[in-house]
Amino acid sequence: MSDNTKDQNTISRRNMLKTSAALAAAPMFFTKGAYAKDFTNNPGNSSTVTLGFNVPQTGAYADEGADELRAFKLAVKHLNGKGDGGLMNTMKPMNLKGNGILGKKVVYVTGDTQTKSDAARASAKRMIEKDGVIMFSGGSSSGVAIAVQSLAQEAGVIFMAGLTHSNDTTGKDKRRYGFRHFFNAKMTGSALGPVLKEEMGISRNAYHLTSDYTWGWTQEESIKETTEALGWNTTATVRTPVGAGDFSQFITPILNSGADTLILNHYGKDMINSLTQSVQFGLRDKLVNGKQFEIIVPLYSRLMAQGAGENLQGILGTTNWDWQLRDEGSKAFVKSFGTEYGFPPSMAAHTCYVQTLLYANACENAGTFYPPEVIRQLEGFKFDGMGNGETEYRAEDHQCFKDVLVVRGKQNPSSQFDLLDIVKEVPRSEVEYDASIFGGNLGPYKV
Amino acid sequence: MDAILIQLLNGLDKGAAYALIALGLTLVFGTLGVVNFAHGALFMLGAFCAVTFQKILTISVKVVDPSITFFTAYKEQPYLEIWFGDVGLAIIDYAVPLSIFMAIPVMLLIGLVMERGLIRHFYKRTHAEQILVTFGLAIVIQEVIRHFFGANPIPTPAPDIVSSSAAIGSWLGLSENLVYPWWRLIYLAFSALIITSVFAFLQLTTFGMIVRAGMFDRQMVGFLGIDVQRKFTIVFGLAAVVAGLAGVMYAPILPPDYHMGMDFLVLSFVVVVVGGMGSLGGAVAAGFLLGILQSFASMTVITELVPGIDQVIIYLVAVIVLLTRPRGLMGRKGVMED
Amino acid sequence: MILEKKRSDLVTMILFSMVVLSMPIWLNPLGANYPDLLQKFAIFGIFAIGYNILFGLTGYLSFGHAIFLGVGSYTAVWSFKLLSMNVIPAVISSVILAGIVAAFVGFVSLRRSGIYFSILTLAFAQMFYNLAYSVLTPITNGETGLQLALEDPRVIDRLFSTAGEGLPSTELFGLSMSGYSGFYFCAVMLIVAFYVSLKIFNSPFGLKLKAIKSNQHRMKYTGYNTRPYLLTAFIISGMFAGLAGALMAVTDPLAGAERMQWTASGEVVLMTILGGVGTLYGPLLGVVIIKYLENIFSAVNEAVLQTFFDFLPSWLQDTMVVIVSPFVGEGWHLTLGLMFMGIVIFLPGGITEGFQKMKKRFFTKENSESSNQEGK
Repeated sequence: MSDNTKDQNTISRRNMLKTSAALAAAPMFFTKGAYAKDFTNNPGNSSTVTLGFNVPQTGAYADEGADELRAFKLAVKHLNGKGDGGLMNTMKPMNLKGNGILGKKVVYVTGDTQTKSDAARASAKRMIEKDGVIMFSGGSSSGVAIAVQSLAQEAGVIFMAGLTHSNDTTGKDKRRYGFRHFFNAKMTGSALGPVLKEEMGISRNAYHLTSDYTWGWTQEESIKETTEALGWNTTATVRTPVGAGDFSQFITPILNSGADTLILNHYGKDMINSLTQSVQFGLRDKLVNGKQFEIIVPLYSRLMAQGAGENLQGILGTTNWDWQLRDEGSKAFVKSFGTEYGFPPSMAAHTCYVQTLLYANACENAGTFYPPEVIRQLEGFKFDGMGNGETEYRAEDHQCFKDVLVVRGKQNPSSQFDLLDIVKEVPRSEVEYDASIFGGNLGPYKV
Repeated sequence: MDAILIQLLNGLDKGAAYALIALGLTLVFGTLGVVNFAHGALFMLGAFCAVTFQKILTISVKVVDPSITFFTAYKEQPYLEIWFGDVGLAIIDYAVPLSIFMAIPVMLLIGLVMERGLIRHFYKRTHAEQILVTFGLAIVIQEVIRHFFGANPIPTPAPDIVSSSAAIGSWLGLSENLVYPWWRLIYLAFSALIITSVFAFLQLTTFGMIVRAGMFDRQMVGFLGIDVQRKFTIVFGLAAVVAGLAGVMYAPILPPDYHMGMDFLVLSFVVVVVGGMGSLGGAVAAGFLLGILQSFASMTVITELVPGIDQVIIYLVAVIVLLTRPRGLMGRKGVMED
Repeated sequence: MILEKKRSDLVTMILFSMVVLSMPIWLNPLGANYPDLLQKFAIFGIFAIGYNILFGLTGYLSFGHAIFLGVGSYTAVWSFKLLSMNVIPAVISSVILAGIVAAFVGFVSLRRSGIYFSILTLAFAQMFYNLAYSVLTPITNGETGLQLALEDPRVIDRLFSTAGEGLPSTELFGLSMSGYSGFYFCAVMLIVAFYVSLKIFNSPFGLKLKAIKSNQHRMKYTGYNTRPYLLTAFIISGMFAGLAGALMAVTDPLAGAERMQWTASGEVVLMTILGGVGTLYGPLLGVVIIKYLENIFSAVNEAVLQTFFDFLPSWLQDTMVVIVSPFVGEGWHLTLGLMFMGIVIFLPGGITEGFQKMKKRFFTKENSESSNQEGK
């Protein structure tokens, strides 16, 4: 590790000189597309290319951010031909050669999004304006992803989104320069539907508690659509303030509502708190009209499962990826990540790693870093061997389509990482939808 | 009827938490004249006493899962379980209530060190400087905790026997749907106990009398040859213990994370000010008042009538109270008005 | 202070303008000379200068100034959406609207003083923030923040040209407001703001505000009604904040609710106190330090540290990296906290006081002991 970083330093110092030289021509900076193939942060003849990793390092999602950063570092290592190569052994089709991207060694810069749109944009701008990144990636919130994605479009730098689950990211707020590998609320709904029908039947009364912001709303909408299609009745949808802490005043009305299913459209701390408290109010022990009361947490992550402890056992949800998947790609990634850091990767880490490789591969395919060409390579790109089976980056909305995992909190974990049971790997065909339903406009290739 | 009763209960419960945090805050303010923005951090440290105690109890033998390669996955078997079997497991089960015994000395120590090391140098500084230095301290404490425990909440469950709900409705002959978690009822009783004992301590003991006299006219008490300083140091320690205990007992309701103190800080300040700076009775009354109002404001009937009211009710009440009663519900004249 | 009085305002202004406009040059060695951070320095400089007019002169500690920052940003973005991408209408309407909101908040909050005033402003800040985040989403676009869209009407622009293919960018009569031109626009605004603040500090009005700070009761006994003066100061500082908010949208057309959170107000308090409350330059210093910490310090990772300590022998290099790394990168909050404590404990007058102390020590013939005593 140590000499690896050393090696990187000599380069990064040279890179530093390069950037400061570029900045000397200050007023010219940031003029884009002056001639045909001049573009923002064109690496030109430089021997390195810089990527930016913009993750939450402080705030509620700091642990997820730290894991994303680990994945990015691993990806850079593999791209530069070091380590065991990870998913570069299983990805196909693949053009990566292990000599960086297009022969240029990959270096990286990091930044803190603080899970705030303003801070994330400031950090991304620093990467673009000061560090000269050609692509940036990461993040753990849809609000942030949407905010920096529009910045990416303005600046002409590609953004490979990290963890973002809102329909809006590749729906009404989609951008030509933004790409999402992660799944979304709509896909969660489609994947959960059949499992819910099988396990809970077709006549249930669902009660939604929803985080009062965009991600919560889109998830509520998607899940409601799915469950109502099954024949479920929606008793009520209640919005809760983000970071409410104590949810008792929202939970108690459920007891009297006649609902037999609670759907928690919460993520992170809110989800841990609302679930813990719902269980304390005895919801899971309740019988309503002869039916066992059930709680559903549509979006789920292993890191969150740790925080919720025993309360999550037996609860259904969906997840983008899990380290216990047995396909070749997942195994290769877990091996690589586990050997490097001593524990398995989270789904956020997986997405970020894959995104980095996908971008690098698109550059190799395009034979250039010129964003419009790279974007065209990514659009409609079909690949396999990265976990989640055969995957496609849909050209119309830059959403990846792949298998979605329906999971359940494990009843009897065999180790501290063994928290989720994979109930079903829902094939891609079942979660696909028409790209036009959410509206939005990708915008131009050239900015 | 049920709905109103249960929201009242929710409000009392919420109010108990607010009152308990605000009590220490206003005690420190009333005696030392210090605005302590690190008070939320003390609450958080209390919760982490429970976490730490639980971690100590569950120090385990690691049974490695051989099927997992590349990294070590293991199942933990606590030593307590190995040594004492079911008795050991029962002790672990009661980690949160037992951690009170650890929290009291630890929080007292933290409080005394804080007062001696930092706060006492700020008695004569402006309130803005007090706010800034304690805010800085809060950030430092928070980051240290994050360094050791991470940013994710840590589950600290209540003992099994009280982890479910009490069927209040059936007892009272009301609806069966009227249930309330045991632990929250315990929290309510616990808060009442703490609040009563703090009041009793201040009203009935000589020490309390001196402290109250000091709150009223510090100089005069000093002239009488009493070392007010020393007494006040102990008061600060006491406030830290109260905040810490509030944190310990809240851990099963809100899995602790490093930021929980900040989340409560603003609220508890609003509570203190609505109650009247430096007024203990005011803090308790305001805590319960705001808790109850917040619960009622979140009822669907009300949010449908006034959208967003649940988000602002506390602040709205604070504004109204301060405009109609300049010094809060029970504040004294001349406090913090310069 | 003495210096400020001796030099004419003109000299001060020329010097100040030179320092501000040459920021891209002298910040180069610190790695802070890129447009976004320079813009932030200027924008938050305006915010802090305005805040200082209220807090520095009158001593009224407001936790609600982020409201006006937010209102300014939202107004500016709406102006870009509805009227024109030209920044002039955006800036003007933002400042006016921020002033109106400030008049309302100030009128209510200034009925109380001391901590009660602080809590009133805090309560307003939380109300505005919570509402902007949730029920006011049609106006604010909630968590995602208000953004430009292709289908926005932009009525004034449409009179002159048709819509382009991509999102338009903000401009000043054709000059794009991103990058360095955006910075120079903000810098000019900062200089104007500084001039206004300088004038206020030296005016009879400023003197009255200072009198309120030192003893409001005495002011009242001498027959002054202090409330109108306070309200005026509150509105002026609110308008400064509105201007800052507008400029944030000018350089980056997006407005998010988190700009209104009390922590955002807290940030400007910290900046002001860190630099030196009530001094002309102090708040600016605080701005530069905090924004530098947030943007540059937070990006230092292990690899960068290794480079930094490259000159040391390898074992010492590794040790230093281990020692320093908890304080940089994700640990920048820790550094921030420690710095606040250090400054407040040792330099209650902020960094400006530190400079003055140093100046005294080096430039006067008196021995250092006497200057130490004067510190308190």
